[in-house]
Parts: sequence; structure tokens; C-alpha cells
Amino acid sequence: MSRRFTPKVVTGNDLREGDVIYLTADDRWTRHHHEAELIDDEAHAEIRLILASQQTGKVVGPYLADARAGANGPEPVHFREAFRTRGPSNYFHGKQAAQPDA
Amino acid sequence: MYTYNEFDEGFVRTRVAQFRQQVERRLDGSLTEDEFRPLRLMNGVYLQLHAYMLRVAIPYGTLDSAKMRQLAYLAERWDKGYGHFTTRQNIQYNWPKLPDVPDMLDALADVDMHAIQTSGNTIRNVTADHFAGASADEIEDPRPIAELLRQWSTDHPEFQFLPRKFKIAVTGSPNDRAVTRSHDIGLRMVRNATGEPGFEVLVGGGLGRTPMIGQVIRDFLPKADLLPYCEAIVSAWNTFGRRDNKFKARIKITVHEMGIDAFRDIVEARFAEIRPEFSGVDQALLASIEAEFAPPAFRTAATDAFDARYASDPVFRAWADTNLARHRAEGYAIATISLKTPGETPGDATADQMRVMADLAERYGHDELRISHEQNVILPHVHRADLPAIYDALKAAGLATANVGLASDIIACPGMDYCALATARSIPVAQQIALRFEELQLEHEIGEIKIKISGCINACGHHHVGHIGILGLDRAGVENYQITLGGDHTETAAIGERTGPGFAYDEIVPAIERLIDAYLDLRDGQDETFIETYRRLGMAPFKVALYGEEAQTGGRARAA
Repeated sequence: MSRRFTPKVVTGNDLREGDVIYLTADDRWTRHHHEAELIDDEAHAEIRLILASQQTGKVVGPYLADARAGANGPEPVHFREAFRTRGPSNYFHGKQAAQPDA
Repeated sequence: MYTYNEFDEGFVRTRVAQFRQQVERRLDGSLTEDEFRPLRLMNGVYLQLHAYMLRVAIPYGTLDSAKMRQLAYLAERWDKGYGHFTTRQNIQYNWPKLPDVPDMLDALADVDMHAIQTSGNTIRNVTADHFAGASADEIEDPRPIAELLRQWSTDHPEFQFLPRKFKIAVTGSPNDRAVTRSHDIGLRMVRNATGEPGFEVLVGGGLGRTPMIGQVIRDFLPKADLLPYCEAIVSAWNTFGRRDNKFKARIKITVHEMGIDAFRDIVEARFAEIRPEFSGVDQALLASIEAEFAPPAFRTAATDAFDARYASDPVFRAWADTNLARHRAEGYAIATISLKTPGETPGDATADQMRVMADLAERYGHDELRISHEQNVILPHVHRADLPAIYDALKAAGLATANVGLASDIIACPGMDYCALATARSIPVAQQIALRFEELQLEHEIGEIKIKISGCINACGHHHVGHIGILGLDRAGVENYQITLGGDHTETAAIGERTGPGFAYDEIVPAIERLIDAYLDLRDGQDETFIETYRRLGMAPFKVALYGEEAQTGGRARAA
């Protein structure tokens, strides 16, 4: 029996800037994890990933990352995804500098 | 210092122009990412966790002031004001934007630099002893050979689609500072019975998920045979390397599976076949390269200024005792500038710091700088009389940390703060260890020790060959750090042995402290270094220090 599906967001890197972006429910790309579409259904996740993969002029390497519902929207589950929402820990660079509320 | 000729200049400029068009075609949608990816990798452009990364080659770790100033310019103009020097003597920029990269490459070409073959399944930047041309223990400067190898390997038509990446290191000294035994090919200069210099050729070394110490394939190779012999090795591996399995594709696996003797037979047969094709053009080229690496005109001067400052200033004395090495010329020293200030990122330098180092090299150092695989910068030729002025300038720039070879002089890969392959962070672990030992003020008491940290199994942080190695892993969604002990990166190279279960992020620094405390208790006098104590006593007492007595009596160690 296959593993139970856990909620996901679609994420990748922006083609020009290289920074982390997420797919929203209304087909936009956002730089904020909490604005991403939280996908509960496996079939829907596959469709959303196909949609993302077709947008080669916007996103590089899209994939499904585990996420869970939070007070302000989806939150990352794994520490790697948490780092991707912030930036590096040795300098105040990346998303944490661009959006102090992230 | 090698200066580009018309051919080099034209080649590099053409590549930049090609890449500019490739980037344009990617941005306008004419190229897919699958089509573009190998093209960007050929030019040193990675896509990392938070941004693109540009890896620039610093061939054999040698720079002059103009090159260093240009690296500073790139950092300021297109990045966030700093650069990261790596364990392969390259520099990485962590925040470039894709449309800017062609301009960065053009700016590099202005000072005879490039990012070609810093990625991909090609022969990578050839690394060398960072004390090359300066060290008192050297047979010959290995950099002309390294430059010859760079020219030969760059865009070599047979070697653009190798089974995997391929790394060559070269040293001209019996004391191996270039980690030759963990390279695909390691070249160690030796003399034969008649005193003629040549190379001991090592093959099949490597770190990563299957660490191996290189084996001797030829104990003495005449210099004139070097290029055809290296070509024979790469050619043999290109034929027999495991293209079916990425994890078994490196030459170390080929040598291991085939056995060194069988592999040698194939190489020697290939060598016999191609040797006649090397008509001597390579030797003529080598001779012209050697002329460009002629030693600087060393001066003779009194060292009173150094001696007086050394006697009167204990802080300067500590720096001199720790960061200087013996130079081949009378009155000179090799000065290592530590990029390991406790609390800072190992290997990072700001644009301002790069300019200070460039100025010092130009004014006092025969215009030479080196990058070490230990992620420090070296002024290879400085007269002792100038050291007080150099030290003062370094101090003002936050570059006078006296810790070379000590506990806080830690190698750390970028880890999960930047790298897309990483499984855990390295940099904050290095920062915290360095700060802890600074706080304890024990570093000079502890003496020589090599702590090396990698944030994944690929081992860019050389953890396998650290006296203490730390490997960051993802254990069930949590960062976990394994410790290895007894590694050695020198001519007596050894792979460290795992102590046991790993430690959580907040447990790793106290664990390292327990190891060092145990060493201080166990050592046979102040002169016995950590690695010597480990070799004398083995793993057992250090395991007790890490896991407690029950680990030795069959009890269950702490859960990882």
C-alpha cells in the first residue's frame, strides 16, 4: 500500500533572480511561503506540478515540498524548506532581509 | 604569474560571448532548463538554495593584486559585497542574478580569469600547494606544471564528457599541503636516484561517499612524460569508468574494482600508444610557462624592525609564531592571512578585505597572493622587515587573527546555508566551535589540530581527512552530526574513523569540547599533538569522552 499523501506546496527557483518562489492557488508565483497553495490532494498536486513545470520561463526545478497549515497560511515541515523561506544563517541576506515578517 | 596570450584571451572572450547568447536564449524561452543547465554548468553557474552561485577558478590558487581587486569589484558590483574562498582554491559568489553573469565573466576576462570547467564532468581547476614557489622545503615550483595541465585540460575535446568530474592536485614539496592523496590524480614531486626531479603519480584518491587514499601508479615519472601520462590515465578511465552508476563513476571506483595493477597495465599500454604523439610541443610550452614563474627578485634587508616588534609586542609575536612559515629566501617569510576570525564564516572575505590584501601584496609581497585549500589567503613572499606594517594593516581590516593550524582554523563547506546538495548546516557549527575555543582561550594550549566540517556526504569540507571530522546529515528530518577521528590530509594521509552515533545540532559543540578536553588530559606532554595522541591511544578514550563509560562496556550509547 502506498504511503498516505501529506500536504504539499509547489516550489522552485525564479529563473532570473534565482530566489525561492511558490505557486499560489490563483496561478501566481509568490516569494512568501504562507501565500502558497496548500495542496491536500495527491492528484491535484500532480496537476499543479505539471502546470508549474510548463512555466519554464519563470521557474527552475519546480517540485512538491511538504507543508502544513499554519495561522497565516502554509508553513514548511522540513528544516531545509524552513531555511529556504528565510535565507542563510550566517548573514542577514535573502528572504529574511527582504521581508522581516517571513 | 602566467599572463594570457592572444589565444587564451580570444578563447575566454569567445566563451563569454557564447554564454551571453545562451543566457539570452534561456531568458527568451528559446532554451529549456534541460538544454541550458549543462551550458551554465560549463561556465561555473550553479543554482543553489537561495540563488544562483558563480564559481570562479583561481588556477593553482595564485592571484596578483589586479585579480584580487577585480574579485572585490565583482563582489561589490554584482553580489553582496563578499566572496567565499573554497577548499579547491576557487572563489564563489553566492548571490548573482542570471542576467548579470555574462557581465561578471567579461569582467573576469579583463584580468585573465574565468569560470570554465569549475563544474560538470570535466577536469576541474588544478590545485597546488599554496606555498608553491616560496616554501623552504620545495624541490621545484609546481605551478608551471599546473598551468600546463590547465591549458591541456581546458576544452580538451576527448575529456568534455567524462564519466564524472576529475580533480588533479600537484605539489613540489615532500610535505604535502595540497591533499594530493585524495585527488583523482595526485602529483608529488620527488627526485630519482640521480637527483633528477620528476613525479610520484597517485591515482584513485577521493573523499565523498566512498573515501579512498590515492595509490601509487608510477613511483617516478620524468617531467617530460607528465602530460601524456596524465592523458593516458584520464583516457583509460574515460573508457572503463562506470557511466552506468553516478555513485561509482569516479576513477577511485574504477581503480578499486579493477585493482591498481590491472589499471596500471591499461594506463601504461595507452601511454605507450600516445607518447610518440607528444613531439615536444608540450615541453616547449612548459619552458615558456616556467619563464613566467621565475622567482621574484628577493631583496636583502635588515630584519631589525621585525625583531624589535617581535620582542616588544606579545600580540604581534603570537601572530608571527602562528601565521608565518619558513621561506626559501633569507630574510623572507610566508604569511598566512586567516579568514577564520571566530564567529565569522570560514573562507569569506569582504570586498574591502580583498582590496587590503591586494594592496599589501602589491606593496610588500612581490604582487603575489595565494588561496589555500584551507580557505585562507597567503602572502607568499614578504620580507620580515615589512611584517610589522603588514600586520598593522591586517589588524585594521580584521584580518590579523592568529589561529592558523589551530582549533578555530576550521574548514567548512557552505552547507545548507547555501548549497542545494547539503543535508545539514556547516557554517554555524564552525562559527560556534571557533567562538567556544576563543572564549576558553585554550587554542594555543591545544596546539595543532585540524577540524573539518562537511554539510553532506560529498565531503567538500574534507571531513574525512580532518583530525576531527564532522559530517552533517539529515536524520529523520533533523540535523545530525557524525564525528570521525584520525584523518590526515598530508603525505601520511588517512581516512578518519567514525566514533559512533551522531550528535544533534545543539550537542555537537559540547561534544567537540569533550574530545579536546580528553586530549588535554591524555596527551604525553605539551608537544604531543591531538593526532599523535589519537594515534598512540586509539579511539577508545575519545569514545568514552563522547559517549560515557557505558559505550565501552556494551551499554547503549546515546540515541542519535
